[in-house]
Amino acid sequence: MSAVPVAPPRRLLDAEVDGVVVRVPEGATILDACRDQGIDTPTMCYADNLTPINACRVCVVEVEGARTLVPACSRTVEAGMKIRTDTDRVRHSRRLVMELLGSSVDTSLASSDWHRWQDEYAAAPDRFGAPTDPMEAGERDRRWAGHHHGSPDPSRAETVSQPVKVDNELYVRDYGRCVLCYKCVEACGTDAQHTFAIAVAGRGFDARISTEYAVPLDVSACVYCGNCIGVCPTGALMFSSEHDMRAAGTWDEDRQTVTNTICPYCGVGCELELHVQDNAIVKVTSPTDNDVTSGHLCIKGRFGFQYVQRRKKDRT
Amino acid sequence: MDLHLMTARPTDEERRAVDGLLGPEPAMNDRVVRGGHETRADRTLLLPALHALHAAEGWISEGGLNYICERLTVPPAEAYGVATFYAMFSVQPQPKTVVHVCDDIACRIQGGNALVAELEALGADGDWTWTRSPCLGMCEQAPAIFAQRAGRPDVSLGEATVATVRAAVAPDSTVTCAGGVTAPQVWDPVVRAGLRLLRRLGEVDPSSIDAYRAAGGYAALRRAIDLGSEGTIREITDATLLGRGGAAFPTGVKWKAVAEQSARPHFVICNADESEPGTFKDRLVMELDPFSVVEALTIAGYATGAERGYVYIRGEYPLATERLERAVAEARVHGYLGDDVMEHGFRFDIELRRGAGAYICGEETALFNSLEGKRGEPRNKPPFPVTSGVFGKPTAINNVETLINVLPILELGAQGYSSVGTEDSTGTRLFCLSGHVERPGVYEHPHGVTLGDAIVSAGGVRGGKRLKAVLLGGAAGGFVGPDRLDARLTFEDARAGGYTLGSGVIMVFDEDTDLVDLVLRIARFFRDESCGQCVPCRVGTVRQEEALLRLVSGRTLGTRADELALLEDVADVMRDASICGLGQTAAAAVGSAISTFGLFDGSGA
Repeated sequence: MSAVPVAPPRRLLDAEVDGVVVRVPEGATILDACRDQGIDTPTMCYADNLTPINACRVCVVEVEGARTLVPACSRTVEAGMKIRTDTDRVRHSRRLVMELLGSSVDTSLASSDWHRWQDEYAAAPDRFGAPTDPMEAGERDRRWAGHHHGSPDPSRAETVSQPVKVDNELYVRDYGRCVLCYKCVEACGTDAQHTFAIAVAGRGFDARISTEYAVPLDVSACVYCGNCIGVCPTGALMFSSEHDMRAAGTWDEDRQTVTNTICPYCGVGCELELHVQDNAIVKVTSPTDNDVTSGHLCIKGRFGFQYVQRRKKDRT
Repeated sequence: MDLHLMTARPTDEERRAVDGLLGPEPAMNDRVVRGGHETRADRTLLLPALHALHAAEGWISEGGLNYICERLTVPPAEAYGVATFYAMFSVQPQPKTVVHVCDDIACRIQGGNALVAELEALGADGDWTWTRSPCLGMCEQAPAIFAQRAGRPDVSLGEATVATVRAAVAPDSTVTCAGGVTAPQVWDPVVRAGLRLLRRLGEVDPSSIDAYRAAGGYAALRRAIDLGSEGTIREITDATLLGRGGAAFPTGVKWKAVAEQSARPHFVICNADESEPGTFKDRLVMELDPFSVVEALTIAGYATGAERGYVYIRGEYPLATERLERAVAEARVHGYLGDDVMEHGFRFDIELRRGAGAYICGEETALFNSLEGKRGEPRNKPPFPVTSGVFGKPTAINNVETLINVLPILELGAQGYSSVGTEDSTGTRLFCLSGHVERPGVYEHPHGVTLGDAIVSAGGVRGGKRLKAVLLGGAAGGFVGPDRLDARLTFEDARAGGYTLGSGVIMVFDEDTDLVDLVLRIARFFRDESCGQCVPCRVGTVRQEEALLRLVSGRTLGTRADELALLEDVADVMRDASICGLGQTAAAAVGSAISTFGLFDGSGA
């Protein structure tokens, strides 16, 4: 957001949310209108700094005259629109989306909001059966669209569970936690980095985030900007530092502080948030509402912090 | 964008295959730089390039894909994402010939399952392989196979046996597509004379534009030009032509909306990605009367102010593709396509694009993405295609059957056209009769014919057996019982009666049919064909299949009632919250079978 308005003023529209007349600028989404009203709306694939792709469908609302529910995150408000956010239909679909996701993906590291919504909507992911065992490494990457990969044991709910991919020193890809929100693909592509190292491959339940031929990141186009980590909502993409500490049981957010500073590497002036635990930087983020970064960084700002804390004896 | 390619290089054959489509690689030259919009516009050629590579080599290697990426300036990860979206493309080495054996609902009850079992017993022999396939659109010739043969033309064959498969895969195979005239009505000259859409089938040489013209072809385009574009659209609107693809949207309204858009260019698309299980009418029309599709799309282009039309045709339709390609070329030679159509000063040309095995690409916005060289994932609507369609431009997209209805409208006039059918459902309709009927095939009936009469027209239930169920409208439609034989087949009756005409599927099942087996196959179909974009459909179709498998095995989680409630919960979220029609209807047929026939209520079916 620029401090000086650079766009012409937008026309205001009147619409109705849960019976209350709201006035929003033209182009505002239903989600914007709901947030203006203080209506708590669950989201998963939505992020303030990315183009909404409305894939998760957990933010759906009812719009009078529409045959199906509509995604609040991407649908713009039209004059006179009558929106309901708390009908049985809306609550049912939101709950089911949470259950379907929870039954197929490990969402334990999703935001605290997500867990709160799961409780509020009384989502019970285990009603589809116990989750299946993790697949062998690479098995999901070989699944061929249109060729049936059935359920060997229908009493267990098929999942995307699989071993963590560790192929570089900076971050890991734990696709058993991937909800396929497309955020990393957007951040790697046209929404931020324009590197296009990853895309969605495969189809249906076998769809997955992949490099070409599932090659390791070091031979892919990846430039290690880490913007995919910055937008991942479920911890599927994670700093190696965080992943290793979690594995060792030493990761403790209660003991962490966040220090805001400006990246020292170049003149762009990206704002950094240094997450520090036990006097060591454990990960770096940038505020999504920052004018300079919109939350996105480059490899230097994201990962180039070791010089701050590497002791002299470590340097070679 | 800094294009990061792989290091793999193409073989000479792979390079030749891709160059065959894209032309030789431009010589490296320090003075010429290609980039920006010029190369980004090439992205639309990604799917044709993948086809060219696959058709030559039988799979898409890293070197081959890399070469395509280099030529089209596409990031390898994205090209891989596109290649792995389609069932017809392999990104792993495989035998050069792959036989797709249909085990979908119409074929599995008529020898498809037996054929699969025989092939399983046979084992692989290295030079070729086979795989189970969803509906191949040849239900009237069940069981069907489609042989994808690298280095040789693909063939699709009906009434297949192991011998058919062997003939198709033999190194010296001379097999060609059958291409039968499977529209029984045209065999009777009296009945044929009363037909509007099928009258040329089997009678007029599909490869000759002269024969087409001698049979009344291009009179409609001439009339359209006389009426002008606005007059043409008025005629279509007055005739109340409703889309035959399933959504029943008024075609005149669609065309008018596109014609009025100030954004340019406009596009028209013929949706020939007919993949709804049980549907084969568009294939037959394209195989036997391809010029009618070319003429109708030209009229659409003229009316909406589009200079380019695409026909997006199902990848598993080799004969229809060949005949349409030829028809387009003929039309071009004779001045019915090109810079000055019929010497009337308007420019229009048609490009054919092949799908590659993805049911979802029949959804209009998924089709746009596929055409643009992206994954065939549907877009959210709005914006609607009439304002933002293919390449973000105003687009009129119509199914084959809808388009060819434009011809009788212009030939007979709106009033003449509406003289058959009902007030709200004018004209005739093509029905795909398959399953246990005496004479399966495509039938043309006026709107308002009853389901029972439509079945009788195809000779009734085969072997004098009793009728158990009818699948109406395809896998996205629903099952009805014998009590619905008096249902009138019109848009308004369907809406009021809670059934759907869908794509005109009438699949008949006799008393010995195992409905549970069909329901499981339909659930599997949707699981396999979901694009995976949205959660309700991606996971919902999996949970639906699992729950059905549990019900069948009797090993339920909780009681049977719990499982049925769970199925309904999943059905509700798929119908209400999925992005597109696939997810929204993925539970329709399953649900209708359970509720109509009480499949799992303990009484058996």
